[in-house]
Amino acid sequence: MAKVTFNEERCKGCGLCVGACPKHIVALLTDKINTKGYHPAGVTDQSACIGCAFCATMCPDCVIKVEK
Amino acid sequence: MVVFDRPHALADIPLHYCPGCTHGIIHRLVAEALDELGIEGKTIGVAPVGCSVFAYNYFNCDMVEAAHGRAPAVATGLKRADSDKIVFTYQGDGDLASIGTCETVHAAARNENITIIFVNNGIYGMTGGQMAPTSLPGQVTQTSPYGRDTQTVGYPVKVVEMLSQLDGASYLERVAVNNVKNIKNAKKAIKKAFQNQIEGKGFSLVEVLSACPTYWALEPTKALERLEETVIPYYPLGVYKDKFAKEEE
Amino acid sequence: MANKVIMKGNEALAEAAILAGCRHYFGYPITPQTEVAAYMAKKMPKIGGTFLQAESEIAAINMVIGVASAGKRVMTSSSSPGISLKSEGLSYLAGCDLPAMIVNVQRGGPGLGGIQPSQADYFQATRGGGHGDYHMLVFAPSTVQEMVSLTVKGFDLADKYRMPSMLLADGTLGQMMEPVVLDVGEIKTYDKPWALTGTELKREHNIVNSLFLQPEELEQVNFARYKMYEEIEATESMYDTYLMDDADICIVAFGIAARVSKNAIDAARAEGIKVGMIRPITLWPFPKKPLLEAADRVSSFISVELSMGQMIEDIELAIRCKKPVSLCNRVGGMIPTTEDILNAIRKAAKGGNA
Repeated sequence: MAKVTFNEERCKGCGLCVGACPKHIVALLTDKINTKGYHPAGVTDQSACIGCAFCATMCPDCVIKVEK
Repeated sequence: MVVFDRPHALADIPLHYCPGCTHGIIHRLVAEALDELGIEGKTIGVAPVGCSVFAYNYFNCDMVEAAHGRAPAVATGLKRADSDKIVFTYQGDGDLASIGTCETVHAAARNENITIIFVNNGIYGMTGGQMAPTSLPGQVTQTSPYGRDTQTVGYPVKVVEMLSQLDGASYLERVAVNNVKNIKNAKKAIKKAFQNQIEGKGFSLVEVLSACPTYWALEPTKALERLEETVIPYYPLGVYKDKFAKEEE
Repeated sequence: MANKVIMKGNEALAEAAILAGCRHYFGYPITPQTEVAAYMAKKMPKIGGTFLQAESEIAAINMVIGVASAGKRVMTSSSSPGISLKSEGLSYLAGCDLPAMIVNVQRGGPGLGGIQPSQADYFQATRGGGHGDYHMLVFAPSTVQEMVSLTVKGFDLADKYRMPSMLLADGTLGQMMEPVVLDVGEIKTYDKPWALTGTELKREHNIVNSLFLQPEELEQVNFARYKMYEEIEATESMYDTYLMDDADICIVAFGIAARVSKNAIDAARAEGIKVGMIRPITLWPFPKKPLLEAADRVSSFISVELSMGQMIEDIELAIRCKKPVSLCNRVGGMIPTTEDILNAIRKAAKGGNA
C-alpha cells in the first residue's frame, strides 16, 4: 500500500505537484496555512495513492516522501 | 519501502527560491546523481553568482563560491589540483552565457574533465528580472520593457549549439524540467555528465531549461506551460554532442 | 656552501616557487614577465606539476582560486595591465581567506603604457588593487637573490596568514641576470583543515566563500581580518638600511630604485654629504617604525621612485610629516640615473626640497 507524506512546513504552495498526480488526489489544502503563510499541498485520498512519486518528482522543495 | 525522499547530498534546509522555481528540482537531480554514483564525499561544487548563489549551502559536498562567470576557471583549478576529485559547477544563464562566456568556451575547448550544470531560465532573477543573454526575442523584462528588440540588442545565445562546434567538448545535452517525463530525462543527462567525469571522458555540460515564475510574471503551473509552449521550441531539447556515443552502441 | 648559478630574475623567481612547493601555475602572456611562464611550461610537466596558459588573466587568477581552495600552493604572474584584470580575483582571494602567490613584473602605465620598468603599481599593490577592505602581503625585491628569497617568504606567509602575497618586481629585475644561490632552506607546511578536499562523508562540508549578506556578520569578518593585519604589521615588516647611523638625509627607495640610490649615496658620501637609505622590503606591511625613528635624527627624506610619487605618501604618513620629504622620480619606463639622485641629495643637503 503506497503512502505519501508532505512536510507541510517546507511547502511553498506552488502547486506543481497538484497537476502531476495521475489520480488527482493531491491538492493545496486551502483550510490550512503554514508558518510561511502558504496553503500547503497534501493528499486528499491516501488510499488511492499508487506511489508513482510524480508529485515528488515535480516538487522543487523536497516536501514529499513516498513509500510503497 | 521508501521510493522517494530527499537525497543525502542535498542539505536538509529550506531553499530560498521563490515558490515554483525549478532550481529546486535541478538541485535535487544533481544531489540524486551524487548519491547514486556514490561520489558526494569526493565531490567539490562551484557555486555561481545569481539566484543559485547559495548553492554552496544546499549541497552537502565541499563547495566554493566563485566570482560572477568564473566558475569554469575555478573548477579548472580544483580539478588540476586533484584529478581524483569530482568537480562540478552550477551556473545560471547570466553567469555562464554572458559574463562567463569566455571561461565557458575555453573550459570546453580544453575538454576540461569537469561537469557543468547550466540552468537557463532566460532572466536575471537575483537582481530583479533583467534581460538575460538567453531571453527570447520579444520577451519583456525590466531592461527590455518593450520586449527584447533583436534589432538593437541582438539574439539569444544558444549555448549547447555554440559549444558543439568545438572539438574539445565531449558531451552536450539540453533538457527541461517542465514535466515528469522531461525531469526523468534531465536526471539521466545530469547523471551521465558526472559519470563521464568519473570515466575521464572530459567536458560535459547539461543545459537545463528552467522556469522563473516570479520574473516571467506567471503562476508556477503557467510558467511550466510557457516553458513547454514557447521556450522549448526556441531551444530544442536533445543531445548536441556526445563524443563517446558510438563506442557505447 | 651552496653553488651559485647565473639566472635571469624571472626564471629565478619561477624556480624559487617550485622550490617552495608550488606545483600549479596559471598565466597569460604579457611582457616583461613571459620568462616566468616559459620556465614553468618547461619545468612543471617534468615534476608532476601543472602549467596552464589560461584564456585570460581573469581566468588565470580564478584557476589560482580553485587550486588555493583545494589547499595547494599556487602561483600566477603578470605585468601591470594584467594585474588590473586579476584584481577582481585578488579581492576574492582576500575575501575567501585564500593563500596564493601573485607576481607583478611592473611596466609603465596607465593604460597599455609601455613595456619598460616601472613602480607605478605601488598604490594598486599596497592598497589591495580590487574592491573592499583588504591587504596583500607585498614584497619588493631589489636583487635576483631576493626574487628567490622573497618568493619563498611570500608563499610561507600567505599560508601562515591565509592571504594573497604579491611579489612586486619590475621589468629590470625580471630581465636582469645575476649570480644566485638556490638554497631556500626548509619549507614549512601548514595544516589546512578549511581546504576543499572532499568530505569523504566524514565531516561537515567546507565552504570557501566571501559572501555575507548579513551586515553584522560581514562587519565582524572584516574586523577579524584587520585584527590579523595589525598583528602582521607589528611582526612581519621587513626593511634594510644603508649608512643610516650618522645620516642627516634619508633616502627611501625599493626595488631597482634602491640599487641606483645606493650608488648615488656612495657618490654623495665622497662629497662629504651624510646620506643613508632605508629600503622597504615589504611594502605592505610598510616599515613605518624605522622611518618614524629616523625622522627624529635626519633633517629630510628623499623618496626615489619610478612613479609620479606614490610611496612618498606612505613615508609622510609614517613620519607623521615631522620632516620634509622630497621626490626624486622618473616614470614611463625611465629609471633615475645616479646623477639624478645625486642632484636630489645635493639639493636636500643645501636645505632645499626637490
